[in-house]
Amino acid sequence: MGKTFSKPEALSDAYTHYCPGCTHGIAHRLVAEVIDELGIRGRTVGIAPVGCAVLAYNYFTCDFQEAAHGRAPAMATGIKRVRPDLIAFTYQGDGDLASIGMGEIVHAANRGEKFTTIFINNAVYGMTGGQMAPTTMPGQRTTTSPMGRDVTTTGMPIKMCELLSTLETPGYIERQTLLNPKYIKKAKKAIKRAFEYQIAGKCYSFVELVSICPTNWGKTPLESLKWAEESLLPYYKLGEFKTPEEE
Amino acid sequence: MQKEVMFAGFGGQGILLSAKLLAYAAMKQGLEVAWVPSYGPEMRGGTAYCTVVISDIRIGSPIIKNPTYLVAMNRPSLEKFAPNVKPGGIVVINSSLIPVRSERDDISELLVPANEEAINLGTVRCANIIVLSAFAAKSGMVDTDILRQCVKDNFASKKKVIPLNMKAFDRGMEIAED
Amino acid sequence: MAKILMKGNEAIGEAAIRAGCLNYFAYPITPQTEVAEYMAKRMPEVNGVFVQGESEVAVGYMIFGAAACGERVMTTSSSPGVSLMSEAISYIAGARCPAVFVNIMRGGPGLGGILPSQGDYFQSTKGGGHGDYRLLVMAPDGVQEIVEMVMMAFPLAEKYRNPVMIVGDGLIGQMMEPVEFPDNLTVKPSNKDAWATNGMDTRGSKEKNIVKSLYLDPEELNNHNLTLKAQYERMKKEEIRFEAYNTDGDYKVLIVSYGTMSRVCKTAIDNMKAKGIETGMIRPKTLFPYPLQAVHDAAAKQSCKAVISIEMSMGQMVEDVERAVLGQKPVSWYGQCGGNVPSPEEVEEQVMALINK
Repeated sequence: MGKTFSKPEALSDAYTHYCPGCTHGIAHRLVAEVIDELGIRGRTVGIAPVGCAVLAYNYFTCDFQEAAHGRAPAMATGIKRVRPDLIAFTYQGDGDLASIGMGEIVHAANRGEKFTTIFINNAVYGMTGGQMAPTTMPGQRTTTSPMGRDVTTTGMPIKMCELLSTLETPGYIERQTLLNPKYIKKAKKAIKRAFEYQIAGKCYSFVELVSICPTNWGKTPLESLKWAEESLLPYYKLGEFKTPEEE
Repeated sequence: MQKEVMFAGFGGQGILLSAKLLAYAAMKQGLEVAWVPSYGPEMRGGTAYCTVVISDIRIGSPIIKNPTYLVAMNRPSLEKFAPNVKPGGIVVINSSLIPVRSERDDISELLVPANEEAINLGTVRCANIIVLSAFAAKSGMVDTDILRQCVKDNFASKKKVIPLNMKAFDRGMEIAED
Repeated sequence: MAKILMKGNEAIGEAAIRAGCLNYFAYPITPQTEVAEYMAKRMPEVNGVFVQGESEVAVGYMIFGAAACGERVMTTSSSPGVSLMSEAISYIAGARCPAVFVNIMRGGPGLGGILPSQGDYFQSTKGGGHGDYRLLVMAPDGVQEIVEMVMMAFPLAEKYRNPVMIVGDGLIGQMMEPVEFPDNLTVKPSNKDAWATNGMDTRGSKEKNIVKSLYLDPEELNNHNLTLKAQYERMKKEEIRFEAYNTDGDYKVLIVSYGTMSRVCKTAIDNMKAKGIETGMIRPKTLFPYPLQAVHDAAAKQSCKAVISIEMSMGQMVEDVERAVLGQKPVSWYGQCGGNVPSPEEVEEQVMALINK
């Protein structure tokens, strides 16, 4: 019997630094599989964010740049403008993308930059240790919202797919999740489509992945999956928000 | 020998262009040149000014508080800058718009009714060229033949307006010689 | 080649193109916006890249991303904009990428004003952003020199894998002077395959390149900083540039001045010379590395009684002048800011006061 399952070429042998139950590993693997399937590893440049995925360059076997907090879309713009033949993707968390990097992501999307963003939304700041994110749910306890997020002073969670979809510039915008194998298959399809649009030079592409953070949520991985399904998915609706075809 | 001229007037009177043409002519003569504009909010509708410094040796400070010459296209410019002109200098006054004089007896004045003359030629828009050539002829700051060619070259992409500007240039020379 | 009459800001753009930089990202800010306007028009003619970023913050990282791919890249801004870019400059220096920045300085602090200033001496030579980094900082005194410095900046940035900063002021940006673009300053880009994220296929390699500034291990970060420091020490050996003006005579006062201010000082020195008063000047052309030895030696001259740093700021470079003179002679400062450029007469007064002290 032949080998039925192996590590994608685009992933390295490095030991993971992610916490038990974290879905970053799945997201990394999906991106790596897509890079392999599309045969683009030799011309791909990833951009690591600031956040838990800051060390993403240790896990991928393609070229990588490391951005400052929130600035990955500006760096990807720099890459794609001077080397349109390269494939660039930013891999960003919710604090990085939806808070400090809101300006960069909106303007890169609005300019229709031809790169891909993988947006990991787990409703909390991970690396700094569980602070409130722009995507934290109302009432959700974090270290900086110890009584639960008070939407009267901190506003409602920001829905990035919906927000970016309001831009008139054509783009591909989809939200999926990594909560179970059925969802994961759909997530991979979305990621692949995003890279395909980029390869075709078609448009900016953005895939949000609703993820979990058992460590900072103070839950077991199983509890986390359940909470995400019950609390996050009703608010962060899955699906395709925008495609370049629908003009 | 260093000489400086300040062109001053309302934004839109062609101050920067006149100064630029003069600077070009000086450069073509092989002189050192600096063209220094005022920049900032006063450019929009207020008083604009621009200094041209020419010299046969490298120009030190391009910032000139006391120029040798002044070309005043409107009254506020004359009132503001005429007191700064070096003794023995020349002030060119656009007498179409300026009813007063510099009130200095240590400088000479040249009155150019630039707007009227320009309208006589067809359009007020060439007033700055009339003043420019009148100034150049009066001051001898640059060679007027070279300057005339620079004016012509400047409008190379708008050939239609060349004859008008040449007429304006020649009219300015006549006024200076009268 | 015949001379062309050009505005400083436009000449900066043209110089970059002549130097082989076809990538320019910027955000409008007075008094350097004409560079962006020039590039918006000119880059398409040479198949180059022009992007107007959404902020100087973003522009800083567009520069980083492009530089990390190994491409020649430049941005221009003015003081408040450079403050916003300072974050990216720290990252770019930390990640050892070559890039060229031009700061057409205006008055500060804060929004300040839009007129010429030299108030960003500290920002450009001592930091601006965080961490132990240095920029190679050049200070031109006119349009011709800014052209030459922009053209030299690209190979220098590549030689040291470090950002180069050129500091002009609003006057140099706005002024027109005759310029020529020397052919011999066009240098082919260096090969960057050893480190650039230009795609493994591009360099025919199976090994990935990572451009980063993160070193979580203290030993590693210390070593990284030592590598950076070695480059800065090398700059001090190989890149110091300055002009000595009227330093042959027996001057009683030594002026130290740079950029536009140094031209005013030259006029003052010439005026005083005509009256029989000798005054010498050292004009640093590189602000980092600083011509410490030149200032030191010029101050050491027997006839020299005093040294004065004349700046369009409230006394920033004077600290380096003191560092150079090492107490041999009294060092003082004179300057104005906010767009006031001291006149030659005011400079003369200062010098005479020192002579008569």
